[in-house]
Amino acid sequence: MNFVIPSFIPAIPEIVLLTLTSLLLIADTIWSKRSEFATYYATQLILLVVGYLVLTSFSTSQILTFDGSFVRDAFGDVLKLVIVVVSMGIFLFSKEYLLQNKFYRGEYFTLGLFGVLGMFVMVSAYNLITMYLGLEIMSLALYAMVAMRKDNQHALEAAMKYFVLGALATGMLLYGFSMIYGATGSIQFDEMAQIIASGNVDNVVLSFGVVFIVIGLAFKLGAVPFHMWVPDVYHGAPTAVTLYIGTAPKIAAFAMLYRILVEGLPGLVEDWQSLIVMISVLSLIVGAVITLVQENLKRLLAYSGIGHIGFILLGIIAANPDGYSAAMFYTIVYSITALAGFGMIVALARTNNEFDLVADFKGMNKRNPWLALMMLFVMFSMAGIPPFVGFYAKVVVIEEVVQAGFTWLAVLAVFMAVISAFYYLRVVKVMYFDEPEDDTKIEPVSNQLNWAVSFVSIALLVLGLMPSSLITLCYNSL
Amino acid sequence: MLFGFPILSTLIWLPIIGGLLILFLGRDRDTFTKWFALSVSVVTFLVSIPLWTQFDTSTSAMQFVEQVSWVSQFNIQYYLGVDGLSMPLVLLTTFTQILVIASAWDVIKERVEQYMGAFMIMQGLMIGVFVALDGILFYVFWEALLIPMFIVIGKWGGQDRVYATIKFFLYTFFGSVFMLVAFLYMYFQSGSFSILDFHAMHLGSTAQILIFLAFLIAFAVKVPMFPVHTWLPDAHVQAPTAGSVVLAAIMLKMGGYGFVRFSLPITPDASMELDWLVIALSLIAIFYIGLVAMVQKDMKKLVAYSSISHMGFVTIGMFLVYDIVQNTGSIQGSMIGMEGAMIQMISHGFISGAMFLMIGVLYDRMHTREISAYGGVVNTMPWFGFFAVLFAMANAGLPGTSGFVGEFMVILASFKANVWYGIVAASTLIIGAAYTLWMVKRVFFGAVANDNVGSLKDLNKREFAIMATLAFAVVLLGIYPAPLIEVMHSSVANLLIQATTSKL
Repeated sequence: MNFVIPSFIPAIPEIVLLTLTSLLLIADTIWSKRSEFATYYATQLILLVVGYLVLTSFSTSQILTFDGSFVRDAFGDVLKLVIVVVSMGIFLFSKEYLLQNKFYRGEYFTLGLFGVLGMFVMVSAYNLITMYLGLEIMSLALYAMVAMRKDNQHALEAAMKYFVLGALATGMLLYGFSMIYGATGSIQFDEMAQIIASGNVDNVVLSFGVVFIVIGLAFKLGAVPFHMWVPDVYHGAPTAVTLYIGTAPKIAAFAMLYRILVEGLPGLVEDWQSLIVMISVLSLIVGAVITLVQENLKRLLAYSGIGHIGFILLGIIAANPDGYSAAMFYTIVYSITALAGFGMIVALARTNNEFDLVADFKGMNKRNPWLALMMLFVMFSMAGIPPFVGFYAKVVVIEEVVQAGFTWLAVLAVFMAVISAFYYLRVVKVMYFDEPEDDTKIEPVSNQLNWAVSFVSIALLVLGLMPSSLITLCYNSL
Repeated sequence: MLFGFPILSTLIWLPIIGGLLILFLGRDRDTFTKWFALSVSVVTFLVSIPLWTQFDTSTSAMQFVEQVSWVSQFNIQYYLGVDGLSMPLVLLTTFTQILVIASAWDVIKERVEQYMGAFMIMQGLMIGVFVALDGILFYVFWEALLIPMFIVIGKWGGQDRVYATIKFFLYTFFGSVFMLVAFLYMYFQSGSFSILDFHAMHLGSTAQILIFLAFLIAFAVKVPMFPVHTWLPDAHVQAPTAGSVVLAAIMLKMGGYGFVRFSLPITPDASMELDWLVIALSLIAIFYIGLVAMVQKDMKKLVAYSSISHMGFVTIGMFLVYDIVQNTGSIQGSMIGMEGAMIQMISHGFISGAMFLMIGVLYDRMHTREISAYGGVVNTMPWFGFFAVLFAMANAGLPGTSGFVGEFMVILASFKANVWYGIVAASTLIIGAAYTLWMVKRVFFGAVANDNVGSLKDLNKREFAIMATLAFAVVLLGIYPAPLIEVMHSSVANLLIQATTSKL
């Protein structure tokens, strides 16, 4: 057996990210004594560098390296760029929140960067082991971040729940991986696909493997019936961490779903398609119905996020490249919208008031009409009302579902969209029609955040008026 | 088109941009806000006049067309144009807008800039609905319209405004999502979202029936037709005066417009198959809702129900075509029903707008809409009494007013189709007269009911101007509707051919 040194070039962004983050981990211990924000600025700089590296080496064709365990392609590069942009937004929003709540620590940023590294690896993984590796890098960072607020019982409970259920999910996933490996003798996605296509495999083991993998993926995505952790973790975690969990990892989870099911197991499409149909339908229903009674905005967004996952899965159900592109577009749009939504809460949170109840937004239009308008943008975008970009996300996904012949699913999905419109409307109602409890003006913690919230929310409108380029990008990358 | 000037885009974007500007510039500067809003609406109206003067009545093709690719991946276009069906509605919108802005002049005192901004944005979006020739573009305008209306009813409305506005939003949203699925299905079949391509495409009979039903839900909620009309009385009663005017005068017309732009030409076979359904619902609306209107104690509710009843004429007039063709064997005979329906839409725009403005005038003075709180108003407000009786007569369909023309044409067509349809439809002449005149009698005539009424002041100049303008429009359209019919003629003829040509 001859040893060939693999090409490191495709993995340069990850390598740079790992190196710089490790350096930052050391530097932070020195800096934190002297300059408050040094770690924060270094974090943003690292992300900028990594984003730049991805952009300059943007790959339109598929490049495999490390014995075929790592892949660079347009799909991955687009998602990585989105992850970088969204993460930069997350850190920007979080900084002030952490200061206000007196747990500003460099670890938040370094852990966050490790999370980004995990996501990068997941996006680029091309065999089961690499995928597992990426997933664990990301998850461990997230568990620790949820638990960062050591003095807060809710956060600790959430961390525990997240960890235990996350471990369970990983277990399921690994069990599924091992079955697939047992049946095909390969962990490499393209080889798996070939071997399954050849037909010389034990179908029973494969089917079981698929079931376990889908369950594991559903856990990680937070799809029904494996969604129980989502509302508790979103609610219990400090909002800055919720902001993190609710946005970027969704992109990575989508990439994982795509890589495993579509690139690794295309031959079993009939097996996983029917499973995803069930999960998707349930997610849509739960995401629409249970959200109706939520009084806490974080919980509301958590449950509504489950509904959005249902929509993302609809695109996967179409089981063709256009469907996956539609799902990808939906994922990107959702992560931006969620960034704006959670970002709004983070920006308004104070030491004595988390500002995460729907009732906290009472009379927002009187207290700060501009922010009320921005929140209205976010809510209507989530509800899928034009001219906001959330509308196009729903349109492309439903379009692909109709094309794939699942018109009944499309009808169900739009029906659930109508139900879910109610709770988004309720937030708007509270902001515009209710009288505020106190008339004092409310401002984001800093001017910078005011701009950031406005920028992201207006982006929802601008992308909605000109959705063409983002849609084309998603369709061309697959 | 005048030197290639994009009139339609201007009509859409001028008010929207103006509305956004006023949202930000108008804070605490009420006088400036009002004058700005008024000037934008006047300019918009002036820009819309060339649509009429330069309109080519000899063709049914789209005019003033603008076409740019918007989302290339899905072949979605920014595609605008008007024909004889949509052009009058655009003008109705720009005309009504001036009155809407003027009607709020002294009445709205809280957050004037948001109020005016919402109405201006709404105007642009409504024009967009009427001129869009791309399914998705149409849907975007159609849905986006809900947002400002939601805010307007919920914020400046009456006691139960929140309930009413959420009901309004969810009903309409529920109706329209199915239309979206239908659009996506047709895109999947034709590869384009262009409405004209939808008109030309072939569709199987099951697909047609499903698409027809999806459209029916969407448009029936908007018109509104029995039994999905229940949001309208709530929304009307709770909405501020201008909101009611916009709802009744223009938004309801979007439903009727949807039938002629989508249902009839895209699914002619399903329309033929299911025309009985629309006709039955329309007759119920005309007769039953008319009776419901009679027992209302609240003036606004009464007019709201009368709107539903009058819109029944619009929908029945549109769907009589199949029975008439069957009876007479020629399309020509069915012209009168369709044109009657179109005229009824325009005329109802004026009359219902006038009725709601009238109630607004009273409400501003007395802060109640209960009929029993009034009596003998004509003694203290003679000019107002004059206009009120005129509009009431128009609402009852008195010859010489615009209300007569449309209703009469539709009733004639109903008799051509089926005697029984005609008899039920004609009953409105009695029922409509009964509820309208009875209300006028109780509110305006008799002795002065109480001191509040005794101290009422007659119309001021602003109100007088609004009323006089509307009265002029109502009478003009009543005695000389020919220009309007001429504008619509080719498009209606073309529509009838499309509606009776099988696409199987």
